[in-house]
Amino acid sequence: MSPFTDDYLDGNAAAGELSRIFTMDVTAAEGQCAHCGAKGRFAEAHLYMQGPGLVARCAACEQVLLRLVSVRQRVFLDVRGMTYLSLDTSQLQQSSG
Amino acid sequence: MWRVGTVVALHDETPTARTITLEVSDWPGHVAGQHVDVRLTASDGYSAVRSYSIASAPSSQRRVEITVERLPNGEVSPYLTRELAVGDRLELRGPIGGWFVWRTKQTEPIQLIAGGSGIVPLMAMIRSGAAAGSTAPFRLLYSVREPGAVWYRDELEALSARDDRVSVTYAYTRAVPKDWPRPPGRIDAALIANATWPSKLAPTCYVCGPTSFVEIVAGLLSDSGNSADKIRTERFGPTGDRQ
Repeated sequence: MSPFTDDYLDGNAAAGELSRIFTMDVTAAEGQCAHCGAKGRFAEAHLYMQGPGLVARCAACEQVLLRLVSVRQRVFLDVRGMTYLSLDTSQLQQSSG
Repeated sequence: MWRVGTVVALHDETPTARTITLEVSDWPGHVAGQHVDVRLTASDGYSAVRSYSIASAPSSQRRVEITVERLPNGEVSPYLTRELAVGDRLELRGPIGGWFVWRTKQTEPIQLIAGGSGIVPLMAMIRSGAAAGSTAPFRLLYSVREPGAVWYRDELEALSARDDRVSVTYAYTRAVPKDWPRPPGRIDAALIANATWPSKLAPTCYVCGPTSFVEIVAGLLSDSGNSADKIRTERFGPTGDRQ
């Protein structure tokens, strides 16, 4: 058995759901964890999908960065675990449609 | 935004894996490494979404290929690998992702490391490089259960025979061909040292596979001197059915 848990994916796997909200690709965006201050690409966050929504956690400290829950016609987005999210507008033409 | 793709070809890679070619009339083009979400909706309205990496290189045709492995007890993959027929339609969202991608303007050495079906986005990168006449040298280290489980084998062999910018090393975890130099086993530090670019060449590394595989390989790459910002990872696991 591996010493690592197999129960998370990474930020890439949230990109489809987040594309409903953001017009730009979020996986390449750099964010800062509000808990430990680590900076990283959203693609590198640990993503948990077993619950009723998506939970992205910091790869360094495992605190919650983002939560996304869809209930019928409504989407709840909680990003208070990130100090900021920095998006590269030069990627606009190549981002998902 | 969901698009509609029509199945134009089906090809079995192995007894449990099938490549599906879709024609998507409003496909905007993609970059190697991106994925799509596929949505299946039952007659009672129940729907299931799964992510699949794109296997094909970007092209001017409005076509996209995915390769799907049939998972025992899967909700979506048995349908896609057994029942789906040419002419059927699928709902797609994408292309998705801008981080785990290889762009044709990249010229540095590229190290690809695949675990099982994690080969798919890496194959798109190799195909994209070949199609674009890229000068970037690619090395692929492909960890797979046994020789019969290798996907795209003929094409990989043809590419590496024709083009010395592409080299492929197989790491078999359970069964090896006759006279194979290495016993079955997981990727380890010795294999990383022998089969991947030296870290002093500052390769960009792309690692795709199950979560535990990615953790181990990313750790080995880091231990061998590759800096964290040159290691890009994509994980899949049972929760997401990512292929």
